[in-house]
Amino acid sequence: MRRAADAALPYATLVAMTTAIYMVFIFVPTDRFQGIVQRIFYFHVPLAIMTFVAFGTVAAASILFLWRGTRAWDRVAHAAAEIGMLFCTLVLVTGPIWAKPVWGTWWTWDARLTTTLILWLIYAAYLMLRSFSGTTDQGARYAAILGIVGALDIPIINRSVYWWRTIHPAVLVTREGSSGLADARMQATLGLSFLAFFLLFLWLLWVRHENLRLGDEVDALRRQALIHP
Amino acid sequence: MFALIRKDLQIEFRTKETLAALLLLGLLTLVVLSFAFDPTSELRAEAAPGALWVAVIFAGVLGLSRSFLAERDNDCLHGLLLCPVDRGTIYLAKTAANVLFMMAAQAVIVPIFVFFFNLPLSAALGGVVLSLALGILGFASIGTLFAAIAVRTRAREVMLPLLLVPLAVPIFIAGVRVTGRVLAGKPLAEVAEWLNLMLGFDVIFLVVGWLVFEYAVEE
Amino acid sequence: MTNLNFLFAAYTAVWVLLFLYILVLSRHNRSLEKEIQELRDLLQRSRTP
Repeated sequence: MRRAADAALPYATLVAMTTAIYMVFIFVPTDRFQGIVQRIFYFHVPLAIMTFVAFGTVAAASILFLWRGTRAWDRVAHAAAEIGMLFCTLVLVTGPIWAKPVWGTWWTWDARLTTTLILWLIYAAYLMLRSFSGTTDQGARYAAILGIVGALDIPIINRSVYWWRTIHPAVLVTREGSSGLADARMQATLGLSFLAFFLLFLWLLWVRHENLRLGDEVDALRRQALIHP
Repeated sequence: MFALIRKDLQIEFRTKETLAALLLLGLLTLVVLSFAFDPTSELRAEAAPGALWVAVIFAGVLGLSRSFLAERDNDCLHGLLLCPVDRGTIYLAKTAANVLFMMAAQAVIVPIFVFFFNLPLSAALGGVVLSLALGILGFASIGTLFAAIAVRTRAREVMLPLLLVPLAVPIFIAGVRVTGRVLAGKPLAEVAEWLNLMLGFDVIFLVVGWLVFEYAVEE
Repeated sequence: MTNLNFLFAAYTAVWVLLFLYILVLSRHNRSLEKEIQELRDLLQRSRTP
Protein backbone atom coordinates (compact mmCIF):
# COMPACT_ATOMS: atom_id res chain seq x y z
CA MET A 1 0.00 0.00 0.00
CA ARG A 2 2.76 2.36 0.95
CA ARG A 3 4.78 1.56 -2.16
CA ALA A 4 1.74 2.11 -4.37
CA ALA A 5 0.95 5.50 -2.91
CA ASP A 6 4.58 6.56 -3.04
CA ALA A 7 4.77 5.83 -6.74
CA ALA A 8 1.32 6.75 -7.99
CA LEU A 9 0.46 9.96 -6.19
CA PRO A 10 3.29 12.24 -7.37
CA TYR A 11 2.83 11.27 -11.00
CA ALA A 12 -0.94 11.47 -10.88
CA THR A 13 -0.64 14.93 -9.36
CA LEU A 14 1.91 15.99 -11.95
CA VAL A 15 -0.30 14.89 -14.83
CA ALA A 16 -3.43 16.45 -13.40
CA MET A 17 -1.75 19.71 -12.46
CA THR A 18 -0.01 20.10 -15.80
CA THR A 19 -3.26 19.48 -17.61
CA ALA A 20 -4.99 21.97 -15.35
CA ILE A 21 -2.36 24.63 -16.04
CA TYR A 22 -2.70 24.03 -19.75
CA MET A 23 -6.45 24.35 -19.54
CA VAL A 24 -6.32 27.48 -17.42
CA PHE A 25 -3.84 29.32 -19.57
CA ILE A 26 -4.59 28.08 -23.07
CA PHE A 27 -7.77 26.07 -23.35
CA VAL A 28 -10.38 28.02 -21.43
CA PRO A 29 -11.86 31.17 -23.02
CA THR A 30 -11.34 34.56 -21.42
CA ASP A 31 -14.17 35.81 -19.31
CA ARG A 32 -16.04 38.59 -21.02
CA PHE A 33 -16.45 40.85 -18.01
CA GLN A 34 -13.37 40.32 -15.91
CA GLY A 35 -10.77 39.63 -18.56
CA ILE A 36 -7.66 37.61 -18.03
CA VAL A 37 -7.55 38.03 -14.27
CA GLN A 38 -10.59 35.83 -13.93
CA ARG A 39 -8.34 32.84 -14.56
CA ILE A 40 -7.13 33.08 -10.98
CA PHE A 41 -10.57 31.72 -10.14
CA TYR A 42 -9.60 28.28 -11.44
CA PHE A 43 -7.00 27.88 -8.74
CA HIS A 44 -8.59 30.02 -6.06
CA VAL A 45 -11.84 28.05 -5.79
CA PRO A 46 -10.34 24.54 -5.59
CA LEU A 47 -7.85 25.80 -3.01
CA ALA A 48 -10.72 27.21 -0.97
CA ILE A 49 -12.72 24.00 -1.13
CA MET A 50 -9.65 21.94 -0.25
CA THR A 51 -8.76 24.01 2.78
CA PHE A 52 -12.17 23.26 4.26
CA VAL A 53 -11.82 19.60 3.27
CA ALA A 54 -8.46 19.64 5.02
CA PHE A 55 -10.00 20.91 8.22
CA GLY A 56 -12.65 18.24 7.96
CA THR A 57 -9.83 15.75 7.70
CA VAL A 58 -8.23 17.23 10.81
CA ALA A 59 -11.51 16.84 12.68
CA ALA A 60 -12.17 13.28 11.53
CA ALA A 61 -8.61 12.20 12.28
CA SER A 62 -8.83 13.91 15.68
CA ILE A 63 -11.99 12.04 16.59
CA LEU A 64 -10.43 8.76 15.48
CA PHE A 65 -7.30 9.52 17.46
CA LEU A 66 -9.17 10.25 20.68
CA TRP A 67 -11.33 7.21 20.16
CA ARG A 68 -8.77 4.65 19.02
CA GLY A 69 -5.52 6.05 20.34
CA THR A 70 -3.44 5.03 17.31
CA ARG A 71 -0.63 7.44 16.70
CA ALA A 72 -1.14 7.31 12.95
CA TRP A 73 -4.39 9.25 13.21
CA ASP A 74 -2.65 11.97 15.13
CA ARG A 75 -0.07 12.24 12.37
CA VAL A 76 -2.79 12.49 9.75
CA ALA A 77 -4.43 15.31 11.70
CA HIS A 78 -1.15 17.15 12.06
CA ALA A 79 -0.24 16.78 8.40
CA ALA A 80 -3.71 17.78 7.24
CA ALA A 81 -3.58 20.87 9.43
CA GLU A 82 -0.29 22.03 7.94
CA ILE A 83 -1.44 21.53 4.39
CA GLY A 84 -4.80 23.10 5.14
CA MET A 85 -2.99 26.12 6.55
CA LEU A 86 -0.85 26.34 3.41
CA PHE A 87 -3.91 26.18 1.16
CA CYS A 88 -5.76 28.69 3.34
CA THR A 89 -2.87 31.12 3.04
CA LEU A 90 -2.93 30.69 -0.72
CA VAL A 91 -6.68 31.39 -0.79
CA LEU A 92 -6.19 34.58 1.20
CA VAL A 93 -3.32 35.64 -1.06
CA THR A 94 -4.91 34.86 -4.43
CA GLY A 95 -8.29 36.26 -3.38
CA PRO A 96 -7.18 39.86 -2.90
CA ILE A 97 -4.92 39.68 -5.96
CA TRP A 98 -8.00 38.75 -7.94
CA ALA A 99 -10.28 41.22 -6.18
CA LYS A 100 -8.15 44.31 -6.67
CA PRO A 101 -8.37 44.60 -10.46
CA VAL A 102 -11.91 43.27 -10.62
CA TRP A 103 -13.60 45.11 -7.76
CA GLY A 104 -11.10 47.84 -7.03
CA THR A 105 -10.49 46.79 -3.44
CA TRP A 106 -8.11 44.33 -1.81
CA TRP A 107 -10.49 43.14 0.86
CA THR A 108 -14.20 42.97 1.55
CA TRP A 109 -15.78 41.60 4.68
CA ASP A 110 -18.06 39.29 2.78
CA ALA A 111 -19.14 36.09 4.49
CA ARG A 112 -16.89 33.64 2.68
CA LEU A 113 -13.75 35.69 2.85
CA THR A 114 -14.23 36.45 6.55
CA THR A 115 -14.93 32.83 7.40
CA THR A 116 -11.77 31.85 5.56
CA LEU A 117 -9.85 34.42 7.58
CA ILE A 118 -11.18 32.99 10.84
CA LEU A 119 -10.34 29.50 9.59
CA TRP A 120 -6.81 30.71 9.02
CA LEU A 121 -6.67 31.95 12.62
CA ILE A 122 -7.94 28.62 13.89
CA TYR A 123 -5.30 26.80 11.83
CA ALA A 124 -2.67 29.11 13.30
CA ALA A 125 -3.92 28.40 16.82
CA TYR A 126 -3.82 24.66 16.09
CA LEU A 127 -0.25 24.74 14.82
CA MET A 128 0.89 26.94 17.67
CA LEU A 129 -0.74 24.63 20.18
CA ARG A 130 1.14 21.75 18.59
CA SER A 131 4.41 23.57 18.69
CA PHE A 132 3.97 24.70 22.28
CA SER A 133 3.03 21.33 23.65
CA GLY A 134 5.76 19.31 22.01
CA THR A 135 5.45 15.79 20.69
CA THR A 136 3.95 14.30 23.81
CA ASP A 137 0.81 12.25 23.70
CA GLN A 138 -0.84 14.98 25.71
CA GLY A 139 -0.01 17.58 23.09
CA ALA A 140 -1.61 15.37 20.51
CA ARG A 141 -4.75 15.15 22.58
CA TYR A 142 -4.96 18.90 23.04
CA ALA A 143 -4.63 19.42 19.33
CA ALA A 144 -7.31 16.82 18.70
CA ILE A 145 -9.71 18.66 21.00
CA LEU A 146 -9.06 21.89 19.14
CA GLY A 147 -9.58 20.14 15.83
CA ILE A 148 -12.97 18.84 16.89
CA VAL A 149 -14.18 22.07 18.51
CA GLY A 150 -12.93 24.08 15.56
CA ALA A 151 -14.70 21.94 13.02
CA LEU A 152 -17.99 22.21 14.91
CA ASP A 153 -17.52 25.94 15.23
CA ILE A 154 -16.80 26.71 11.57
CA PRO A 155 -20.41 26.31 10.37
CA ILE A 156 -21.61 28.47 13.28
CA ILE A 157 -18.98 31.08 12.49
CA ASN A 158 -20.03 31.04 8.86
CA ARG A 159 -23.67 31.50 9.74
CA SER A 160 -23.00 34.35 12.16
CA VAL A 161 -20.71 36.17 9.73
CA TYR A 162 -23.24 35.74 6.93
CA TRP A 163 -26.03 37.24 9.04
CA TRP A 164 -23.69 40.00 10.10
CA ARG A 165 -23.00 40.89 6.49
CA THR A 166 -26.57 40.88 5.29
CA ILE A 167 -27.54 43.50 7.82
CA HIS A 168 -25.15 46.10 6.50
CA PRO A 169 -25.65 47.35 2.96
CA ALA A 170 -23.47 45.29 0.71
CA VAL A 171 -20.20 47.02 -0.06
CA LEU A 172 -19.98 45.29 -3.36
CA VAL A 173 -22.03 42.90 -5.37
CA THR A 174 -21.55 39.50 -3.78
CA ARG A 175 -19.37 37.00 -5.45
CA GLU A 176 -22.32 34.72 -6.19
CA GLY A 177 -22.67 36.45 -9.53
CA SER A 178 -19.26 35.59 -10.82
CA SER A 179 -19.59 31.83 -10.51
CA GLY A 180 -22.08 31.72 -13.33
CA LEU A 181 -20.13 29.38 -15.51
CA ALA A 182 -22.14 29.25 -18.67
CA ASP A 183 -19.37 27.95 -20.88
CA ALA A 184 -18.75 24.20 -20.72
CA ARG A 185 -15.04 24.76 -21.18
CA MET A 186 -14.98 26.81 -18.00
CA GLN A 187 -16.79 24.09 -16.12
CA ALA A 188 -14.38 21.47 -17.39
CA THR A 189 -11.38 23.58 -16.43
CA LEU A 190 -12.73 24.13 -12.94
CA GLY A 191 -13.49 20.44 -12.58
CA LEU A 192 -10.06 19.33 -13.66
CA SER A 193 -8.38 21.96 -11.54
CA PHE A 194 -10.31 20.69 -8.56
CA LEU A 195 -9.10 17.17 -9.28
CA ALA A 196 -5.53 18.43 -9.56
CA PHE A 197 -5.68 20.14 -6.19
CA PHE A 198 -7.36 17.18 -4.59
CA LEU A 199 -4.51 14.98 -5.75
CA LEU A 200 -2.02 17.59 -4.62
CA PHE A 201 -3.62 17.56 -1.19
CA LEU A 202 -3.41 13.77 -1.00
CA TRP A 203 0.19 13.74 -2.15
CA LEU A 204 1.30 16.43 0.31
CA LEU A 205 -0.64 14.68 3.05
CA TRP A 206 1.14 11.47 2.22
CA VAL A 207 4.60 13.04 2.14
CA ARG A 208 4.11 14.95 5.38
CA HIS A 209 2.63 11.93 7.08
CA GLU A 210 5.64 9.83 6.05
CA ASN A 211 7.80 12.62 7.35
CA LEU A 212 6.11 12.52 10.75
CA ARG A 213 6.24 8.74 10.83
CA LEU A 214 9.96 8.75 10.16
CA GLY A 215 10.34 11.32 12.91
CA ASP A 216 8.54 9.05 15.34
CA GLU A 217 10.74 6.15 14.25
CA VAL A 218 13.86 8.20 14.86
CA ASP A 219 12.64 9.08 18.33
CA ALA A 220 11.93 5.44 19.09
CA LEU A 221 15.37 4.37 17.83
CA ARG A 222 17.05 7.11 19.83
CA ARG A 223 15.36 5.92 22.97
CA GLN A 224 16.48 2.39 22.21
CA ALA A 225 20.04 3.57 21.61
CA LEU A 226 20.08 5.23 25.01
CA ILE A 227 19.04 2.02 26.72
CA HIS A 228 21.59 -0.17 24.95
CA PRO A 229 24.64 2.06 24.58
CA MET B 1 -21.09 19.11 41.55
CA PHE B 2 -22.47 21.87 43.73
CA ALA B 3 -19.75 21.16 46.23
CA LEU B 4 -17.21 21.78 43.51
CA ILE B 5 -18.82 25.06 42.56
CA ARG B 6 -18.97 26.04 46.19
CA LYS B 7 -15.27 25.27 46.54
CA ASP B 8 -14.37 27.61 43.70
CA LEU B 9 -16.59 30.35 45.07
CA GLN B 10 -15.13 29.98 48.54
CA ILE B 11 -11.58 30.22 47.24
CA GLU B 12 -12.53 33.34 45.37
CA PHE B 13 -14.24 35.04 48.29
CA ARG B 14 -11.14 34.74 50.36
CA THR B 15 -8.98 36.83 48.09
CA LYS B 16 -11.40 38.38 45.60
CA GLU B 17 -8.39 38.78 43.33
CA THR B 18 -9.95 37.39 40.22
CA LEU B 19 -13.11 39.42 40.58
CA ALA B 20 -11.16 42.59 41.14
CA ALA B 21 -8.97 41.87 38.14
CA LEU B 22 -11.98 41.10 35.95
CA LEU B 23 -13.66 44.31 37.00
CA LEU B 24 -10.69 46.56 36.56
CA LEU B 25 -9.64 45.08 33.24
CA GLY B 26 -13.16 45.40 31.90
CA LEU B 27 -13.28 48.97 33.05
CA LEU B 28 -9.93 49.81 31.56
CA THR B 29 -11.00 48.39 28.24
CA LEU B 30 -14.12 50.55 28.24
CA VAL B 31 -12.10 53.64 29.08
CA VAL B 32 -9.51 53.01 26.40
CA LEU B 33 -12.16 52.30 23.80
CA SER B 34 -13.89 55.52 24.73
CA PHE B 35 -10.74 57.32 23.67
CA ALA B 36 -11.09 55.79 20.26
CA PHE B 37 -14.13 57.92 19.57
CA ASP B 38 -14.86 61.60 19.59
CA PRO B 39 -17.15 62.14 22.60
CA THR B 40 -19.60 64.15 20.58
CA SER B 41 -19.75 61.92 17.55
CA GLU B 42 -22.69 59.70 16.73
CA LEU B 43 -20.28 56.88 16.19
CA ARG B 44 -20.16 56.37 19.94
CA ALA B 45 -23.69 55.07 20.17
CA GLU B 46 -23.07 52.71 17.30
CA ALA B 47 -19.79 51.49 18.70
CA ALA B 48 -21.04 51.12 22.26
CA PRO B 49 -22.18 47.48 22.07
CA GLY B 50 -18.88 46.56 20.46
CA ALA B 51 -16.98 48.25 23.26
CA LEU B 52 -18.92 46.36 25.91
CA TRP B 53 -18.28 43.00 24.29
CA VAL B 54 -14.61 43.67 23.72
CA ALA B 55 -14.41 44.37 27.44
CA VAL B 56 -16.26 41.12 28.18
CA ILE B 57 -13.95 39.03 26.00
CA PHE B 58 -10.75 40.69 27.07
CA ALA B 59 -11.46 40.50 30.80
CA GLY B 60 -13.02 37.08 30.37
CA VAL B 61 -9.89 35.56 28.88
CA LEU B 62 -7.95 36.72 31.89
CA GLY B 63 -10.46 35.40 34.39
CA LEU B 64 -10.57 32.05 32.62
CA SER B 65 -6.84 31.55 32.61
CA ARG B 66 -6.70 32.40 36.29
CA SER B 67 -9.30 29.77 37.08
CA PHE B 68 -6.82 27.06 36.24
CA LEU B 69 -3.69 28.83 37.29
CA ALA B 70 -4.44 28.29 40.95
CA GLU B 71 -5.15 24.63 40.33
CA ARG B 72 -1.91 24.14 38.53
CA ASP B 73 0.31 26.09 40.88
CA ASN B 74 -0.79 24.15 43.90
CA ASP B 75 -1.23 20.88 42.10
CA CYS B 76 -4.84 20.89 43.18
CA LEU B 77 -5.81 19.46 39.85
CA HIS B 78 -4.31 16.12 40.82
CA GLY B 79 -6.26 16.12 44.03
CA LEU B 80 -9.39 16.93 42.15
CA LEU B 81 -8.82 14.17 39.64
CA LEU B 82 -8.37 11.65 42.42
CA CYS B 83 -11.91 12.26 43.61
CA PRO B 84 -14.40 9.71 42.37
CA VAL B 85 -16.06 12.40 40.33
CA ASP B 86 -16.88 12.17 36.65
CA ARG B 87 -14.51 14.36 34.65
CA GLY B 88 -17.44 15.86 32.85
CA THR B 89 -18.87 17.03 36.14
CA ILE B 90 -15.63 18.77 37.04
CA TYR B 91 -15.89 20.57 33.72
CA LEU B 92 -19.46 21.67 34.31
CA ALA B 93 -18.65 22.86 37.81
CA LYS B 94 -15.67 24.89 36.62
CA THR B 95 -17.70 26.37 33.81
CA ALA B 96 -20.52 27.31 36.16
CA ALA B 97 -18.10 28.98 38.54
CA ASN B 98 -16.52 30.93 35.69
CA VAL B 99 -19.93 32.04 34.46
CA LEU B 100 -20.82 33.27 37.93
CA PHE B 101 -17.59 35.23 38.22
CA MET B 102 -17.99 36.85 34.84
CA MET B 103 -21.62 37.73 35.44
CA ALA B 104 -20.73 39.21 38.81
CA ALA B 105 -18.13 41.41 37.17
CA GLN B 106 -20.66 42.46 34.55
CA ALA B 107 -23.05 43.55 37.31
CA VAL B 108 -20.68 46.40 37.94
CA ILE B 109 -19.36 46.92 34.42
CA VAL B 110 -22.74 47.29 32.73
CA PRO B 111 -23.94 50.26 34.80
CA ILE B 112 -20.60 51.97 34.23
CA PHE B 113 -20.90 51.18 30.55
CA VAL B 114 -24.31 52.85 30.51
CA PHE B 115 -22.84 55.95 32.16
CA PHE B 116 -19.82 56.21 29.87
CA PHE B 117 -21.74 55.85 26.67
CA ASN B 118 -24.80 57.82 27.72
CA LEU B 119 -27.25 55.12 26.99
CA PRO B 120 -30.96 55.11 27.80
CA LEU B 121 -31.57 53.30 31.09
CA SER B 122 -34.79 51.69 29.94
CA ALA B 123 -36.28 48.24 30.01
CA ALA B 124 -33.62 47.50 27.42
CA LEU B 125 -31.41 46.34 30.26
CA GLY B 126 -33.24 43.01 30.44
CA GLY B 127 -32.26 42.25 26.87
CA VAL B 128 -28.68 43.28 27.49
CA VAL B 129 -28.46 41.00 30.52
CA LEU B 130 -29.95 38.12 28.53
CA SER B 131 -27.42 38.53 25.75
CA LEU B 132 -24.62 38.75 28.29
CA ALA B 133 -25.84 35.62 30.06
CA LEU B 134 -26.06 33.57 26.87
CA GLY B 135 -22.82 34.96 25.54
CA ILE B 136 -20.85 34.44 28.72
CA LEU B 137 -22.19 30.92 29.03
CA GLY B 138 -20.97 30.10 25.53
CA PHE B 139 -17.69 31.87 26.08
CA ALA B 140 -17.08 30.02 29.34
CA SER B 141 -18.01 26.68 27.80
CA ILE B 142 -15.16 26.76 25.32
CA GLY B 143 -13.06 28.94 27.59
CA THR B 144 -12.98 26.52 30.50
CA LEU B 145 -12.06 23.66 28.18
CA PHE B 146 -9.21 25.52 26.54
CA ALA B 147 -8.02 27.17 29.74
CA ALA B 148 -7.41 23.70 31.13
CA ILE B 149 -5.37 22.96 28.01
CA ALA B 150 -3.57 26.27 27.71
CA VAL B 151 -2.38 26.30 31.31
CA ARG B 152 -0.34 23.19 30.61
CA THR B 153 1.42 24.42 27.51
CA ARG B 154 4.58 26.44 27.33
CA ALA B 155 3.26 29.89 26.49
CA ARG B 156 0.17 29.83 28.59
CA GLU B 157 -0.69 33.54 28.64
CA VAL B 158 -0.54 33.71 24.89
CA MET B 159 -2.17 30.40 24.12
CA LEU B 160 -5.60 31.05 25.58
CA PRO B 161 -6.49 34.24 23.68
CA LEU B 162 -5.04 32.69 20.53
CA LEU B 163 -7.35 29.72 20.88
CA LEU B 164 -10.40 31.48 22.22
CA VAL B 165 -10.84 34.62 20.15
CA PRO B 166 -11.36 33.01 16.72
CA LEU B 167 -13.61 30.33 18.20
CA ALA B 168 -15.68 32.88 20.09
CA VAL B 169 -16.44 34.99 16.99
CA PRO B 170 -20.10 33.88 16.73
CA ILE B 171 -20.68 34.80 20.37
CA PHE B 172 -19.09 38.17 19.84
CA ILE B 173 -21.00 39.01 16.68
CA ALA B 174 -24.30 37.79 18.15
CA GLY B 175 -23.75 39.58 21.44
CA VAL B 176 -22.98 42.88 19.75
CA ARG B 177 -25.99 42.56 17.45
CA VAL B 178 -28.43 41.80 20.24
CA THR B 179 -27.05 44.44 22.59
CA GLY B 180 -27.13 47.02 19.82
CA ARG B 181 -30.70 46.28 18.80
CA VAL B 182 -31.97 46.13 22.33
CA LEU B 183 -30.35 49.43 23.26
CA ALA B 184 -31.92 51.00 20.19
CA GLY B 185 -35.28 50.11 21.65
CA LYS B 186 -36.16 47.24 19.38
CA PRO B 187 -38.14 44.32 20.79
CA LEU B 188 -36.41 41.03 21.56
CA ALA B 189 -38.40 39.22 18.90
CA GLU B 190 -36.35 41.01 16.29
CA VAL B 191 -33.12 39.45 17.46
CA ALA B 192 -34.60 36.01 17.99
CA GLU B 193 -32.35 34.36 15.43
CA TRP B 194 -29.22 35.73 17.10
CA LEU B 195 -30.44 34.52 20.50
CA ASN B 196 -31.07 31.12 18.96
CA LEU B 197 -27.58 31.09 17.55
CA MET B 198 -26.12 31.84 20.96
CA LEU B 199 -28.28 29.23 22.60
CA GLY B 200 -27.27 26.67 19.99
CA PHE B 201 -23.63 27.56 20.50
CA ASP B 202 -23.97 27.18 24.25
CA VAL B 203 -25.66 23.81 24.05
CA ILE B 204 -23.28 22.36 21.46
CA PHE B 205 -20.11 23.37 23.23
CA LEU B 206 -21.30 22.55 26.72
CA VAL B 207 -22.00 19.03 25.50
CA VAL B 208 -18.72 18.77 23.61
CA GLY B 209 -16.79 20.16 26.58
CA TRP B 210 -18.48 17.75 28.92
CA LEU B 211 -17.59 14.81 26.64
CA VAL B 212 -14.06 15.83 25.89
CA PHE B 213 -12.77 17.39 29.12
CA GLU B 214 -11.30 14.13 30.37
CA TYR B 215 -8.87 14.10 27.44
CA ALA B 216 -7.80 17.60 28.34
CA VAL B 217 -6.78 16.74 31.89
CA GLU B 218 -5.52 13.21 31.40
CA GLU B 219 -1.95 12.75 32.46
CA MET C 1 -0.31 46.91 -12.76
CA THR C 2 -1.98 45.42 -15.76
CA ASN C 3 -4.36 42.53 -15.37
CA LEU C 4 -1.88 40.11 -16.79
CA ASN C 5 0.57 41.05 -14.08
CA PHE C 6 -2.04 40.31 -11.43
CA LEU C 7 -2.64 36.90 -12.95
CA PHE C 8 1.05 36.22 -13.03
CA ALA C 9 1.48 37.35 -9.41
CA ALA C 10 -1.28 35.04 -8.22
CA TYR C 11 0.06 31.97 -9.93
CA THR C 12 3.62 32.71 -8.95
CA ALA C 13 2.58 33.07 -5.32
CA VAL C 14 0.83 29.71 -5.41
CA TRP C 15 3.75 27.98 -7.04
CA VAL C 16 6.45 29.52 -4.83
CA LEU C 17 4.69 28.67 -1.57
CA LEU C 18 3.95 25.12 -2.65
CA PHE C 19 7.48 24.68 -3.88
CA LEU C 20 9.02 25.90 -0.63
CA TYR C 21 6.84 23.58 1.42
CA ILE C 22 7.70 20.55 -0.70
CA LEU C 23 11.37 21.48 -0.65
CA VAL C 24 11.46 21.71 3.14
CA LEU C 25 9.64 18.41 3.45
CA SER C 26 11.97 16.58 1.04
CA ARG C 27 15.07 17.84 2.78
CA HIS C 28 13.68 16.85 6.13
CA ASN C 29 12.70 13.44 4.84
CA ARG C 30 16.17 12.78 3.55
CA SER C 31 17.86 13.79 6.79
CA LEU C 32 15.43 11.64 8.75
CA GLU C 33 16.16 8.61 6.61
CA LYS C 34 19.86 9.17 7.04
CA GLU C 35 19.46 9.38 10.80
CA ILE C 36 17.41 6.19 10.89
CA GLN C 37 20.16 4.39 9.04
CA GLU C 38 22.80 5.72 11.42
CA LEU C 39 20.80 4.74 14.48
CA ARG C 40 20.13 1.27 13.11
CA ASP C 41 23.84 0.81 12.43
CA LEU C 42 24.63 2.00 15.94
CA LEU C 43 22.26 -0.51 17.47
CA GLN C 44 23.63 -3.25 15.25
CA ARG C 45 27.18 -2.53 16.31
CA SER C 46 26.28 -2.47 20.00
CA ARG C 47 24.64 -5.86 19.73
CA THR C 48 27.58 -7.59 18.09
CA PRO C 49 30.55 -6.79 20.27
